[in-house]
Amino acid sequence: MATHQPLPDQPPPISQRGWLRWLREHLFSTWYNSVLTVVIGYWLISTFVPLINWAFIQAVFTGDGADACNPDGACWVFVEQRLGFFIYGFYPAEFRWRPNLVFALFALSVVPQFLPLPTTIRKWLAIFGITGLPLAAYFLIAGGHFGLESVPTSRWGGLMLTLILAYVGILAALPIGILLALGRRSEMPVIRGICVVFIEFWRAVPLITILFMASVMLPLFLPDGVTFDKLLRALVGITLFQSAYMAEVVRGGLQAIPRGQYEAAEALGLGYWRRMQLIILPQALKIVIPGIANTVISLFKDTTLVLIIGLFDLLGAVKSTLSDPAWSNVMAEGYLFVAFCFWVFCFGMSRYSHRLEKQLETGHRN
Amino acid sequence: MTTDPRPLRPGRPKPWNDPRVRSVVFQILAIAGVAWVGYTLFHNTVSNMESRGISTGFGFLNETAGFGIIMSLIPYNETMSYGQTFLVGLMNTLLVSGLGILLATIVGFVVGIARLSSNWLVAKVALAYIEVFRNIPLLLQIFFWYFAVLGALPGPRQAVNVGDIAFMSNRGIVLPKPVFEPGAWVMGTGLVIALATIVVLAIWARRRQAATGRIFPVLPIAVVLIPGLPLLGYLLTGGPVSWDVPSLGGFNFRGGITAIPELGALLLALTLYTASFIAEIVRSGIVSVDKGQTEAALALGLPARRVLRLVVIPQALRVIIPPLTSQYLNLTKNSSLAVAIGYPDLVNVFMGTTLNQTGQAVEIVAMTMAVYLTISLAISVLMNLYNRAVALKER
Amino acid sequence: MQQTETGLEPESVASPVESVARDEAIIQVDDLNKWFGDFHVLKSLNLDVRKGERIVICGPSGSGKSTFIRCINHLEAHQRGRITVDGVELNEDVKNIEAIRREVGMVFQHFNLFPHLSVLENCLLAPIWVRKTPRNEAIETGMHYLERVRIPDQAHKYPGQLSGGQQQRVAIARALCMQPKIMLFDEPTSALDPEMIKEVLDVMVELAGSGMTMLCVTHEMGFAKTVADRVIFMDGGEIVETAAPGDFFTNPQQPRTREFLEQILQH
Repeated sequence: MATHQPLPDQPPPISQRGWLRWLREHLFSTWYNSVLTVVIGYWLISTFVPLINWAFIQAVFTGDGADACNPDGACWVFVEQRLGFFIYGFYPAEFRWRPNLVFALFALSVVPQFLPLPTTIRKWLAIFGITGLPLAAYFLIAGGHFGLESVPTSRWGGLMLTLILAYVGILAALPIGILLALGRRSEMPVIRGICVVFIEFWRAVPLITILFMASVMLPLFLPDGVTFDKLLRALVGITLFQSAYMAEVVRGGLQAIPRGQYEAAEALGLGYWRRMQLIILPQALKIVIPGIANTVISLFKDTTLVLIIGLFDLLGAVKSTLSDPAWSNVMAEGYLFVAFCFWVFCFGMSRYSHRLEKQLETGHRN
Repeated sequence: MTTDPRPLRPGRPKPWNDPRVRSVVFQILAIAGVAWVGYTLFHNTVSNMESRGISTGFGFLNETAGFGIIMSLIPYNETMSYGQTFLVGLMNTLLVSGLGILLATIVGFVVGIARLSSNWLVAKVALAYIEVFRNIPLLLQIFFWYFAVLGALPGPRQAVNVGDIAFMSNRGIVLPKPVFEPGAWVMGTGLVIALATIVVLAIWARRRQAATGRIFPVLPIAVVLIPGLPLLGYLLTGGPVSWDVPSLGGFNFRGGITAIPELGALLLALTLYTASFIAEIVRSGIVSVDKGQTEAALALGLPARRVLRLVVIPQALRVIIPPLTSQYLNLTKNSSLAVAIGYPDLVNVFMGTTLNQTGQAVEIVAMTMAVYLTISLAISVLMNLYNRAVALKER
Repeated sequence: MQQTETGLEPESVASPVESVARDEAIIQVDDLNKWFGDFHVLKSLNLDVRKGERIVICGPSGSGKSTFIRCINHLEAHQRGRITVDGVELNEDVKNIEAIRREVGMVFQHFNLFPHLSVLENCLLAPIWVRKTPRNEAIETGMHYLERVRIPDQAHKYPGQLSGGQQQRVAIARALCMQPKIMLFDEPTSALDPEMIKEVLDVMVELAGSGMTMLCVTHEMGFAKTVADRVIFMDGGEIVETAAPGDFFTNPQQPRTREFLEQILQH
């Protein structure tokens, strides 16, 4: 009997090859898929061709006022003209270098995290980002020290305010959330009870009622004469609200750590806080990166709610400009602009968390 | 060698090193701290309210409200009490949440399934929808629909005319309103009979299948019967329903049912926003069912739709339902953003206008939060029961 | 079998067991070709299986043996060639596919029991919804086959509460409840702990004794020796050698087969 000779590989039949196969499999595999493809294709073209025409081709990007605009195209002149207000709110123009400096410092601590730099440099920049940066930002933006003129929080606004709210909110909500999560898994019933009530209360009510409560009830809670800055009240509200959500996310991670890890950490003779800090939390937080990212994104989106209690964040700044009669016909452009800004931030964060999750995937799923 | 006469017992640690003592002390401190904070808040509040001359208690609920509300599901006018404003707001919150949950579920399931379509274009459009709507703040979406879309509609005189029966203008959407004349009860009865028949049929079909194995197609019959019987009643009694078609009179429409633009914008935004999250939940729920499950069911000779109904859906629902209910809760809580565009929900009417007029901050905030707390806790209890019921039995 | 010097033997390796007359064959595979994308996984496979015949398919991983038997009940579509099962040709016609799947039972490497249904309900699902058997009758059949796989006492437990070996035996019972004419086994013991392999193999041996037509992808050479009528060795998407187990293990014809057997029988 002859020795078996392997048959050569043959290319698949013509209908199963290359772009023809791709089209057949992905767009026209059955008659109803073909119909769907045609209908949706038609809908996409009939919607997006005019939209792109309006938003880019017929649009006017620069000019002196609403008069420069073309009735058939988008009026981006509006954004160009009021950009300063959208970024800084009522912040005095002559002091805008101060927030600009903060933006630069922020970029300095964040951008290198995405670059292939030595870990030590990245680590120190990150530590600066969560300690030095908020302090520096406070002294620079609020002023009142080191010869800088004081700028009251009522004049802060725009994208600057949105970023401040989000950054401080995240910096505060994460540690509080971790503590609450540890408390909820504590062996001491009193601590556990307090944490459960606290977490479940904030999770049950809408953020807007908390912001209302902060603005109408806080003055009643405090001793006579003590007043709270409006911005600070909003920050406290947002932070408490999101820390409860953060706590639930972190708790999920703590529960996913196998019993053996807790026991091994204890067997090493480490105290409670050391065990948590060195062994349990690094693993638990890694597991729940997607959850943390989602909480951060929803905190970022929730910062818009401050406009309801009278702060001018990015959305508030645009909305107030839209009530100016000079810009009465640019409603859609205004909201699309804000939507685009928020979308870039949120989508960017969710993509980044995906990447981080993949990078940190060390494959030890027990 | 001398032996120690004492019995062997672990030595007592110093009290400050004893974990049990530590734990008790720590917990007492925690209770004391909470009690102190509670007391301080209470004390400050009472003294602040005294100094401002605010009376406490829920007596204000019986006082006359004196303000109008643009939309109410229950009878309401200015002469009614603050208590009634609470109910009006609550009903409006429940209305927009209920409709929003219904619509968001439909859109979310459609998009979630479309995301898994074998059609590349359909899957990509669904993905684009999800990524766009979940990454834009809800409040912004509400503003967009309210100011930029519905607000940009022409006034009633130039309203967008949909076949002469419905009109869209910046005053809202006006739809024809059915008017039931005597004899309309026949249609209602038809519907009841149809529903009852379906229930009986379903039970009978199940018993017969168990006994003889024959499968009875209940679903197609239900699809025909439920609209069919009322329609038959309508035809037999000579059409006892007429439509109150809106018409333009003066500066606004007369007749018909008007959905105010605030409701439309809020509903649209809540639906599209929440649906993008539901779609992801549905997708991951379906994906979570192992491919081997489908293969095993197909290998047994089950047709594709039975594989879906008997094997895939029951398993996917276990994964889908818990996060789905938390989205329903989110939607209900998010409906409070109504306050930003003036839809008269609970927060807007009660925590807004009523609170401003009465100044009873503590009572009103407490009542409002109690409503949301009750809804949340009730849903959590139901969810825990559900989870316990469907938990897969493992070793 | 004698080596012929002429080398004029047809390329398709003649079976040492006399070729099956076409009309006797319950499964006929002619020139089966399959591609995953541009990758040619199955190359011109030809196989006829007689009623009651027991065939073991072995070969290194990636040789296409699982894909091959998954083509037989159309869990995988083929692109060229012809498969006829019990007189019905497999094509894209859904009714044909369902008809064939009713007659072909399959057991998977990872059991694929339905975790939301009890053991007995797993066995009832297909008889009730596909064969339209009355419930009591289906329960009777179900319990009968659970007894045959020796776990009637577990009938009301859920799959998650059973050991791997027990789950695989339930999977076999579930397939048998449809009273199929052919059983396909796709590495039924590969995911099992060693001490559980025997309980599953015992059930399979007993099934073989009952005259069931069986196609098994497995590396259990002991099983192949005692049970198989023919052993097929696959490599690179092709059938390299087909032989009766006696010849296959003692006198493999192809160098590739010898190499494989040396590796697998080393221990």
